Amino acid sequence: MTTRIVELRQGILKKNDELARGLRDRYTAAGVLVLNLVSSPGTGKTAFLERTMRDLRARGARVAALVGDLETDNDARRLAASGAPVRQINTHGICHLDAGMIDRHLAGWEGVELGGLDYLFIENVGNLVCPSSYDLGEKIRVALLSVTEGEDKPLKYPTLFNSADAAVITKTDIAEPCGFDRDLALRNINEIRPGIRIFETSSKTGAGMDGWLAYLEEQRVGRP
Amino acid sequence: MHELSIVSSVVDTVTESLGAYPGARVIEVRLRVGVLASVVVDSLEFCWGIATEATPLAGSKLVVTMVPILAHCTHCAADVALEGVRSFRCPRCGQPCNDVRQGRELDIESFEIDEIDEKVQA
Repeated sequence: MTTRIVELRQGILKKNDELARGLRDRYTAAGVLVLNLVSSPGTGKTAFLERTMRDLRARGARVAALVGDLETDNDARRLAASGAPVRQINTHGICHLDAGMIDRHLAGWEGVELGGLDYLFIENVGNLVCPSSYDLGEKIRVALLSVTEGEDKPLKYPTLFNSADAAVITKTDIAEPCGFDRDLALRNINEIRPGIRIFETSSKTGAGMDGWLAYLEEQRVGRP
Repeated sequence: MHELSIVSSVVDTVTESLGAYPGARVIEVRLRVGVLASVVVDSLEFCWGIATEATPLAGSKLVVTMVPILAHCTHCAADVALEGVRSFRCPRCGQPCNDVRQGRELDIESFEIDEIDEKVQA
């Protein structure tokens, strides 16, 4: 018997990262801005997307969404009411979306071509831990936090907030009855991701949506 | 809880590489995991036995080395070690520093095998 050490020095998620790079190149070539929305269950990702997609469509933008969920297609049905193309990805117990799932669901999505879109939203599975490891080729990762969740969420889930490009605070219409400490929440987000763009929104009243939509437009036009 | 899928990827990758060493027995697999990688080491170890069962890696040991966070501080013009994951501020000057240079690793470093000696075999 001879003992040997085999050096690999290879990323464990190499396959995902390679697929994600390929997706990113395709998104760039097609001129579509792709966003990956991540939060805990119940933050209001779907309501926020419903509002965003409706408002963008009203401005004449071409939008579509891929929606991750463990089992149901409830979110996809809600989003489809906006009239935009929506496709469900059921992960059947897997706690995150990966680049392979995105690749497979983009292929064979009837009537949808990346080149025919301005924005593609990916609603990740509600989870603040695992999605942070998986690059989906998105240009912008959005971490959402609702006023009902506690201002220390960014401190509790730093790996996700630190990997985000933008943060959205949802349900600001009920901030007061929830005793939401806005300054503390903003300070905590900035502690984990200094300088990140933060949007304070209410999907119900539409408060803060103008700033968010302006940011989306600016990111799309400024894409490399 | 995505540790099982991570561990399964490790098993697949090592199994592929084993093609070059027929009959070899895997003793140990070494990973480098960044503090910011969102992975719980205890869970990796817990899943290791399950994921390696009935594979050429069965009975092997998983060794995980944690990689601390290094971020670049523009104010100090240096890479600085952050004390934890709850504050991205330079420990020297207190300025925010968000340019993470190390600490997101999720890598297979190497694996150790026992090879059957060809001369003995012959």
